[in-house]
Parts: sequence; structure tokens; C-alpha cells
Amino acid sequence: MSGTGIGARVQRKEDFRFLTGKGNYTDDVNRYGQTHAAFLRSPHAHAEILSIDAAAALAMPGVVAIFTGDDLAADKIGGLICGWMIHSKDGEPMKAGAHPALAQGKVRYVGDHVAVVIAETLSQARDALEKILVDYKVLPATVATSDALKPGAPVVHDVAPDNAVYRWALGNEAETEAAFAKAAHVTRMDIVNNRLIPNPMEPRAAVGDYDSGNDAFTLYTTSQNPHVARLVLSAFIGIAPEHKLRVIAPDVGGGFGSKIFIYAEETVCVWAAKKVGRPVKWTSDRTEAFLADAHGRDHVTHAELALDAAGKILGLRVHTTANLGAYLSTFSSSVPTYLYAPLLSGQYDIPAIYCEVDGVYTNTAPVDAYRGAGRPEATFVIERIVEVAARELGKDPAAFRRQNFVTSFPHQTPVIMCYDAGDYGAALDKALSMADYAGIGARKAESARKGMLRGIGLSAYIEACGIAPSAAVGSLGAGVGLWESAEVRVNPIGTVEILTGSHSHGQGHETTFAQLVSERLGISIDNVSIVHGDTDKVQMGMGTYGSRSGAVGMSAIVKALDKIEAKAKKVAGFVLEASADDIDFKDGKFTVRGTDKEIDFASVALQAYIAHKFNGQELEPGLKESAFWDPTNFTFPAGVHICEVEIDPATGVTRIERWTAVDDFGNVINPMIVEGQVHGGIAQGVGQALLEGAVYDATGQLVTASYMDYAMPRAGDLPSYQIGMTQTVCPSNPLGIKGCGEAGAIAAPPAVINAITDALGHEDIAMPATPLAVWRAIQKHQPRAAAE
Amino acid sequence: MYPFTYHRPDSVSAAAKLAGDAEAKVMAGGMTLLPTMKQRLASPGAIVDLNGVSGLSGVTVAGGKVTIGAMTRHADVHTSAELRKAIPALADLAGWIGDPMVRHRGTIGGSVANNDPAADYPAACMALGATIVTDRREIAAEDFFTGLFDTALEQGELITKIVFPVPQKAAYQKFRNPASRYAIVGVFVAQTSAGVRVAVTGAGESGVFRVKSFEDALSKDFSAKAIEAIKLPTDGLNSDIHADAVYRAHLINVMARRAVDAAK
Repeated sequence: MSGTGIGARVQRKEDFRFLTGKGNYTDDVNRYGQTHAAFLRSPHAHAEILSIDAAAALAMPGVVAIFTGDDLAADKIGGLICGWMIHSKDGEPMKAGAHPALAQGKVRYVGDHVAVVIAETLSQARDALEKILVDYKVLPATVATSDALKPGAPVVHDVAPDNAVYRWALGNEAETEAAFAKAAHVTRMDIVNNRLIPNPMEPRAAVGDYDSGNDAFTLYTTSQNPHVARLVLSAFIGIAPEHKLRVIAPDVGGGFGSKIFIYAEETVCVWAAKKVGRPVKWTSDRTEAFLADAHGRDHVTHAELALDAAGKILGLRVHTTANLGAYLSTFSSSVPTYLYAPLLSGQYDIPAIYCEVDGVYTNTAPVDAYRGAGRPEATFVIERIVEVAARELGKDPAAFRRQNFVTSFPHQTPVIMCYDAGDYGAALDKALSMADYAGIGARKAESARKGMLRGIGLSAYIEACGIAPSAAVGSLGAGVGLWESAEVRVNPIGTVEILTGSHSHGQGHETTFAQLVSERLGISIDNVSIVHGDTDKVQMGMGTYGSRSGAVGMSAIVKALDKIEAKAKKVAGFVLEASADDIDFKDGKFTVRGTDKEIDFASVALQAYIAHKFNGQELEPGLKESAFWDPTNFTFPAGVHICEVEIDPATGVTRIERWTAVDDFGNVINPMIVEGQVHGGIAQGVGQALLEGAVYDATGQLVTASYMDYAMPRAGDLPSYQIGMTQTVCPSNPLGIKGCGEAGAIAAPPAVINAITDALGHEDIAMPATPLAVWRAIQKHQPRAAAE
Repeated sequence: MYPFTYHRPDSVSAAAKLAGDAEAKVMAGGMTLLPTMKQRLASPGAIVDLNGVSGLSGVTVAGGKVTIGAMTRHADVHTSAELRKAIPALADLAGWIGDPMVRHRGTIGGSVANNDPAADYPAACMALGATIVTDRREIAAEDFFTGLFDTALEQGELITKIVFPVPQKAAYQKFRNPASRYAIVGVFVAQTSAGVRVAVTGAGESGVFRVKSFEDALSKDFSAKAIEAIKLPTDGLNSDIHADAVYRAHLINVMARRAVDAAK
């Protein structure tokens, strides 16, 4: 390993730019003649639009244009799409209601887009917005997840008269029934997975630009996957054919999934740029982000676990109602289905699983993938129910988990997944030791002496990353393939540009990808640059989400580097007058086996371009290769997190006293960056467990529409983490990487709630376990220890 | 933000004259006013910025009284060495307000004049029996805070300083909203020569209030135990997604006991 190669704790190359304010975000993009867009949003959760009168607004100073859904329709601009087809149990395709970028006749959630004002300045656009008169006929709204399917619930889309998008199932119902029939014990639970609002630090933004000379569009936007955005805007929405539409996602300040999707505002900005003949810019304010960024989670679940007399799990039966909001966002349909139910086996050998999911419409913001996307929801179900089962059986939760762990690989679960590699016992042993699990009794006694309640909670999570192979996801309904691409351009002096279809919005690709190149080519990471986020520069790629950039994106780079090495050996062979087969490449040097002849990488690069030592019939000049990598399987990161809490029964305040995380991410490129991902993931998971929750009132108004009411985790809410790793190499990609971006957010919520319920002595607490919720739970159930 | 006229007077009298206009709003630190204007929730015709007026800042301790100029920033109140000796509870309170940016811009006069029902300073003023001094009169805290975002100030009347009698002991305990970090319940307890005073912020529908039952019990026996059994009625207490009235009533008791224990 070189000092900057694979496994080195290299400081992030991109941080100098970010920390000194030299980043280039979408809102930093300003085009000559630029106008500003402001969106009129629905104040009602559900209403018919009887009329829109924009005459007074149009007359306001600086107003360039005002558009409504009728203008989009007149230009034959299509609606926003959902790219994953889900079929119900009965074979019916999902009921996708139309999703125009600007409302046509009806609004379906507070924040829905009604009209856009384009003006010389943002203030003028906002002033004019207030002068648009909309006559609404307010309709009753369906708001709560558990109300959507009730008879008589207000209908969100006519295509789904019972508000069911689909009624889907996975697993074997008959085998699961049989498992329950022979069970000695059944654990039953009702579980709510609270709705979250993503809140990346940088809000969404877009600048649309139109070049009339070339009849070509450019969209600068906050996207995690600019090529997919271009594909959707071109093929489905109809802005322009792909070769006339360039999408640039420059520096992006966090996404967590919310910037995967193709939204109304970005679509309108690029379309309107041609309409008004000038660039159109929009940057979301924080309130708009709360109202109209796709939310996450929001499941209502009933789960049952069948066990034999010895405590072996026989079967799992789950029914989930998943709130998809008012419209199907880009990948929303897949999140509570194929990204959820296949993970319900957890780390356990469960012979029979059956899961039904009803996806429902409500008059709330669309719900789509958010850090973990389906896997946190599955992990919360399985890790809560095994904890409760262990407690009901009087077994130690750690021992109960160990008794049911999958121990041999590959392991085919009853729900699609085939786990390829892992050692779940090793992670559990290490985590128990690091967390001093054995000493918890003494610590509980010490807390009790102070009048406090202490509890410990485990979470043995598994996730599936690097969603693939493309043919497999295609058979499950995905509208796209989930491979990744890379191009390696070696310049004549031996510096290297990597063009990747992955997209960095905080993950540190400029560092980790350069480390891979440094390792392979024996050159400094300073001689490597990573190019991403521009469809005119980079070949088609699929973007970054689902912890896929390492396992899939870097694997594509490896394939391209393999081709570079092979070609470079041929060049070296000509220069050193030897057969390419006799050339070895190591530490940046090409040597002829059995001789002292050698040439370094940079010299070979130069020889490849000057092409003096070979002719064009023998070898093409140049040194540039590309590759597309389609994995053979998902990857399966797994681990054990242990949370220890102390609760003040007088106030209900929960403090996390200790956090132990032991993760198996396979091979690791940069441990510092991986640990950072774990830290951030745990923070978001703790946020879900203790603080965050989107609250709509009964009429569909978002109560938590600002940081005054939506509680984000702060540093003071979190402990210092103890982080450890175990390692089993992933067999399905050349680097043996599993992925680490979502693990913390997946592992953390059940660890926190298991710790709190351990402290409280009962299971009756929902997320977020705020001080109010915990205090009420204590009042309701009489605490084990005396309150203050 | 809507257009407005901006004034930056250099004297209290000039400021008071400009502030007499019913369309005008006085700005001290601007930590409430500016966000409200940016969100288009307020549209004053004119802003009278007090940051150009000299002589309104500083903390002085003399004759058993602490005097704090109206334009003194929270951070300066928090770090004042003289104040920490005289009324450590008040110095502590200032350090609990907002975040570092707010504490370096926000002022005691601005906070008191705004009388946000979850602001911290009103509890200190009430519990310590402070006097709010304006450009035209002196007002006892008791008479100053008249309701939700409402005070005894007349149009154009400016707070110049606030005078706090030094208590024997005092403490402030704040239970923070998990999202906003404002007080869900903040209890200021002061033991003074005139008896014990207990003031509560964050909890009341009409803003800051005193708790007579606690004061009576604590005047007889200044111990947490003395008030432990006193149940507060929930009438007039706020309910929201973070805390209902029952929880708030309970927290007032818990925070008051902790303040008694912490008083120094």
C-alpha cells in the first residue's frame, strides 16, 4: 500500500475547496441575462382549482412571464414519472395518477405547484406571486397513513378510487401460515416508522438555460444522478432530445436521496428558459424544502414472529401500509416494496417469510428514498421484533440473536436475497466486548442510585447495497439498469482524469477514487482528477444512491484501469522491445520479466501519445479506456450497533451515554471517510429515533415546516462513538467493497428504541422518542424505578 | 422582504421621535425582527436601527443593583465578570439564549421589548423584580409584561436600561424545545430580601407569569422538598406538539426544584 493508496487515511482533497468557500454550487451559477422564478404553492391539502387570474401579477414591475399547467400542456410537456413498475398481488399494474409539473385542475398537497412567476429579480417574482388570484374549491383531505384505505376516505387520484397505489406481496404465504401453525410462541407488534424530511444543507436549486443558436438546453441542478435526470427530462417529459439537453450537477451539498428525483421546479426552469428566451434560476428556500422535497419512511406495520419452543425463529409475517404521498415520485414505488421486504430476513435464518405492502396515496408531500430507503424500515421491524421476542422468552437478546444468525454462506433467504458473505457472530462478539455488555447490570444499578433509568439496545442490521444486476432489477420492475460507467483518460505527461457516472455530494469521491488510481498506477493522488456531474463530459452513468459508488462505481473504474494496464503493457513492450506478455507492472513501473529493463508509467503514457515506437497497424495511439460494470449481486454490509441510554424519569429526557458500532463493509478504501459516513449515518438514525418527525395536522397542513418545530440532531444530542470493524470480503465486485453510506441510518433507530424500552421496562414507545413521549410512556406504565 | 425606510439615528431622542411613527419598528439586535421580515410575515414601513445610538450598552454593578444597558448583547451579559459575581443566574441565563450568532447580535432590551412568550429574560426580570427604564419613565417588571408579545411600552417609547436588584440567591433552569431550543419551560427562582419570587417563561399562553404557591412555600422553606407536592393547574398553559399543558405543568415543578437546588 502506498501512502495514498487503498486503505490509507487520506485527508479529503475536496475539503480545501469546500472549507474555504470556493465550492461551486448550483446557486453560485449565474448566467448572463438571468431571470428568477418563484413558485405559487397550494395552501390547501386538497382542492379543485376553479380559476387562476394572473392579470394583476403580470402587470407588476419586473415580471417577465407567468405560467400555469395549461402552458405546459400546450407545449406537450409531459408529467413527472415514477420509474419503477410495481404489480399488485392480483397482477394489476400500480395506479399512477398524473403528476403535472404545474397543477392542472387540482392540487393534492400543501406546497403543490400551481404557477410560476418569472421576473427580473427574486423579490419582484415574490411580489407578483402575492398578486395571483386563485379560486379554490377546498376538498376534504386524506392525511394519515392509517386512514387512506378506510372506506369513504377522500380520493386523491381518480385512478385509485380506494387510494391504493398497489397491494403487493412477497414471500410464501402458505409456508408462512404453516410455520405459525406449529409455533410454540408468537410475538406480535404494531410498529410505526415515522415520516422524515431530508434537510440536506444545500437546498435544491436549478438554472435553466437555452441556446437558440443550437436549439439546445442546459440545466444546472442539484442532482445525485444528472444522466438519469437528462434521460427522464428528455424521454418522458419531453424537454428536448438527449443530445440537445445538457444536465450539469456541480458541487452538491448533501442529498440523502432527496436529490435523486426529477422534480417540478427543475423541469419548469429548463422548459421556461426557452419560453422567455433567457436563463431562469430558482433556489428553494427552507420552507419550500420542508413542503416539497420528497419525504422519507412513513410506514404503519403489523408484524408477527413465530418461534419454536427452543427459541428458533420459524417464520415472519408482516403487513405494512406505506404512505407514498400525493404523487408517485421518481423511485417511490420501489422503496417500500423491493427495497424493503427483501431485507426482512435480517441477519437471521428464517425459513418462511410473507410480507404484504399496501402503497397508499394521501394529501401529503410525495415520499421517496431517504438514506437507507426501505432498509431502515425493514431493519426497524426485524430488530424490534427479535428484541421483543427475546424479552418475551426471557432470553438474553444478544444470545437470542446469535441462536438465529445465518452462519453459512451463500444463504438464500425466502425473500429474493442471496447473502454472499458475512460473519455475523464475529461482529456481535466484538460489539459486545467494546460496549462492555457484560457490565451493563452494574451501570444500571449506578443509574438507579441517581434516580435515573439506564437501558441497552442492540441492532444487528443487514442492508443490500449496489442494487444489481440490471437484468434482475429489470425483472422486478425497474425502468433503468443499475450498472455504472467509468472512463480513464491518461494524459501524455501521465496525469489521469477519471470520468465517472457516480456523483459526489459529500461522499469524498475525489479522494477515494483518486486513491484507487494511485494504488493501481503508482502515481500521486495529486495527479488524478475526478470528473463527474456533467452529461456533456461524462458518458452515460447512473449516479450515486444506495451506497453504490464504491461497490459499483469504483468497480467500473477498476475495469477501465485493467484495460489501461493491458494497453500500457503493449506500449511498454514496444518501447522495451519485449513481448507485452513478459511485462510486469508494479508500483508505477513496467519491467521486463527476468531483465533489469524498466520504464515508468508517465513515460509509457508519453510514448502512447507520441506513438514513435509502434505503428498504427500494431497498436492505436493514445491511452484512454472506458468500462461499464454490472455487478452479479447486491452487496450485503452488516454489523452490530449497541446503544446505551440514560433516561431522566422526571423530564423524559433520553441521553445516549455510549454508542458502539461494529460494521463489516468488506474492503475499505479510506477508513477516515468510511468512519465519517458511519458517524453521519448514526446521527441521522438517532435523529429519527429521538428527534425528527414530520407532523401534518388533520387538514393536511405541515406543522413541522421549519426548524422551529422540526428537530434536527445537533452535536450535543450525540455521544462520541466507539467504532470497530470486522471484514468479510464481498465476492461480487473486484474490490471486495460492500458500501457504507447508509449503514448508520439503518442500524441506529432500533438500537435506540431497544435501549429505551429496556430502560422503561415496556415496549410502548414510538419514534421519535421525544422527552414528551418518553415522559408520557413512563406515566402510563408506572416506571420500574421511582421517579423524582 | 418588502421595501421599507431605514433610519439610523445617533441619539435616544432622535430615535424616539422616529419610532413615534405608527408604521415604524425599532430594531435592536434584529434577531427576531429580521427573520420575520425576510419571511414576509412583517412589513414595517420604517426601521429605526438603534445600533448607531451610543451609551446604551454595558453592565455596571453598584449599590446592590445591576444595571444593564438596553443594547447590551447577550454574549456580553453572559461573559460579564461583575455580573457573574453579583447575579450568576442572570449571566448563566444569557448563555442559554439562541446560538453564538444570536448571542452576539441579540440584545437584552430587544428581547424584553419583544416579550416573546418563550424568551428567557422576562423570567429574570419578573423573578428579580427588575425595573425597566425607558426614555420617559421607570416601569416595574410586574407592570411591564402585559401579554403575548405585548408590553407597557407606548409607541415610540424606548428601553434604555434594565435595573436588577441583587438577590441573596437565584438560579434559572431551562427545559428547551428539542427543535427550536427556546424554553418549553424556563423557571427563574430568586430569594430576595422581599421574599422568594418564582417566574415562569415558555409555558404560559399569555407569556411570563409568577407562581404564587411556590413563592409562599419557598419563602417559608427554601428547599426543593417544600414545593415537590404542589400540583400546578394546567389552565392557561400552552399545548403544542412538543409539550402539552399537563407535561408543562409537571416540568414547571421539576425545573423550579432544580433551580432551588442550583440557587447561589
